[in-house]
Amino acid sequence: MNPLLLIIVPLAGAALAALWPGNRTRPWFLPVFGFVHAVMTLWLFVNPPVIAPNAWLGFDPLARAVLPAVSLLFLVCAVYGVAYLRIRSERPNRVFVSALLAILGLLSAGHQARHLGLLWITTEAVTLAAVPLLHFNGAPRAFEATWKYLLVGGTGIALSLLGSFCLGYASLYGGGQGDLTFTALTAQGAALSRPWVLTAWVLLLVGYGTKMGLAPMHTWKPDAYGEAPGIMGAILAGGITTVAFTAILRVRSVVAASGVGPIADRTLLVIGLFSMLIAALFLLGTRDYKRMLAYSSVEHMGILCIGAAFGAAGAAAALFHVWSNSLTKGSLFLSAGNIRRAAGSPLMDDVRGMAALTPRSAALFVTGMFAVTACPPFAPFFSELLVVRAGLAAHHRLAIAMFLGFLLLSFFGLTRVVFGIVDGRPRPATRKNAKLFVETAGVVVPPLLLLGFSLWLGLFTPAILRESWLAAVAQLYPTP
Amino acid sequence: MNDTLNLLIGLAMGLNLLALGSSRLPSLIRAMSVQGMLLGLMPLLMEHERLDWRIMLVALATVAGKGVLIPGLLRRAMRAANIDREIEPFIGFVPSLLLGAGGTIAAVALARALPLLPEHADTLLAPGAIASILTGFILLIGRAKAISQVCGYLILENGIYLFGLLLIHSTPLLVESGILLDVTVGVFIIGIIVDRIQRAFDSLDTRKLNTLRE
Repeated sequence: MNPLLLIIVPLAGAALAALWPGNRTRPWFLPVFGFVHAVMTLWLFVNPPVIAPNAWLGFDPLARAVLPAVSLLFLVCAVYGVAYLRIRSERPNRVFVSALLAILGLLSAGHQARHLGLLWITTEAVTLAAVPLLHFNGAPRAFEATWKYLLVGGTGIALSLLGSFCLGYASLYGGGQGDLTFTALTAQGAALSRPWVLTAWVLLLVGYGTKMGLAPMHTWKPDAYGEAPGIMGAILAGGITTVAFTAILRVRSVVAASGVGPIADRTLLVIGLFSMLIAALFLLGTRDYKRMLAYSSVEHMGILCIGAAFGAAGAAAALFHVWSNSLTKGSLFLSAGNIRRAAGSPLMDDVRGMAALTPRSAALFVTGMFAVTACPPFAPFFSELLVVRAGLAAHHRLAIAMFLGFLLLSFFGLTRVVFGIVDGRPRPATRKNAKLFVETAGVVVPPLLLLGFSLWLGLFTPAILRESWLAAVAQLYPTP
Repeated sequence: MNDTLNLLIGLAMGLNLLALGSSRLPSLIRAMSVQGMLLGLMPLLMEHERLDWRIMLVALATVAGKGVLIPGLLRRAMRAANIDREIEPFIGFVPSLLLGAGGTIAAVALARALPLLPEHADTLLAPGAIASILTGFILLIGRAKAISQVCGYLILENGIYLFGLLLIHSTPLLVESGILLDVTVGVFIIGIIVDRIQRAFDSLDTRKLNTLRE
């Protein structure tokens, strides 16, 4: 099967959804195309195609290790989307459905991009496609969040374009023929001009790091996650940020091939720890449970970078963590979306006693919180454990001590907010508002499924998945 | 050919300073649009030996996009918003100009230290790029109105485009046109959001966008 179908089919779905007349039937496009995409991804995952080394696009080992997680997350979110859009039936959903399907197609392209320029084009396009979803609620606060997302995200993406040009110039200066596929750049290796490679690394790390939401470029994240619908938060945190992470991994492999890998790893470690620190501090202070999820996402992006800094074993753990973070965080965003809808406010000062009003969502939210703070036997525990082991094997004892300390701080921050809204006696206003929200199977089963996947991944990680992570690492961290 | 190219880049750098010194939105937009047109002409000057239709097409698209379409969108947004056209600076005009001028000099000095290929060392492409990126950042940080921030963003993009011209012989045109398309769509979306912000807040002053904070 042609991996291009992973891109074409959702984009065609987006175009169809834009033309489809019925507002009530249109949301079904999401699960239908999500399902087709998931089946195709699974097929490619089991039968990985052979890729020409100079191909611009391809289902290569890295795409194989990450894209199925995105596809799975999208499918479950799509099912949730049908129920969500039924609740929001008063709003036209043409743009919402088309943009969401376009995001799926562009994410598939971004994960499969093996060319520096193409990678930039697809990630920028994903950024833009996400805009209409952020202000779906139409409130002034949502537009404020969208503006900040566009300005911060746009500047970040501009810097990554500059970084891409610098990397291209490094190749040109080193006598390259202008082939900007990652394979060609890596093959050029030490011939790449070192000053340009370092400049490119800094710019690309800042640029794609903005997209990932690494501190201190994370400022758009709490606003966007706080104001966007829960489903969008799940896709942003589990899908769009991962494409930026794989971009950083691909660039890192070029930088390492040019001989400055240790510098790249050190910057990844520092920026990862800094993100975890900032996230932990803000988690201890925030009073908004949707913004809390954004800071938790910043923390987990930091963990991914730290994993990538610990060599091959750490990178495999980071790829595992991509899966566990995407699925667990997706469950949290969807259940938080339910609670937000029922409670009518995102602030813990206004919201109490949700365990009584939305018992199922509250139970999911609490369990998801324990899962994401790495309580066994959920997947994040095992992936973070592997990061720790890789760090100790690489003799980064101080970094690991800080890593564990920040995890503990985040745990305090998260439990403070989560139990604050779940426990206690509901206020009368909340009680009245919650009567309007019914916990149907459509809004409860998807987060439950995601949590189930997280548990399954933790307890019985399939051998084929482990093999796919190791294959991706072999592509990115060649053994000398 | 380098002389004409350098002349155009020099003009573009002058327009940076004009943009920094503009106290009214229309003149800021005009400076940006003229700069966009100059940028569009540059590939034609650089590709003298094999001037094929694709280069012409990219040049035409750049002139149309950066010089006409995007500024047109911004002018429309400005008229629709019916805002007063004074630019309110966080960083005053004189400090901005001084920063910009200092930055331009620093860019020229810095570009000498950069490892550039011999055929690029005698053009102003690298210093022009650095100076425009700096100007873009000053406008992004130092102006209060949403439209002036967008202009800053576009001048930043123009700077990156100038840097991209260093690679014009080696990047495939598909990539260049993809980049151009993305930038245009991006500004189009920004235009829509600017319009919505105007409706929601009855103002384009980004200082009013301060609800979301810890």
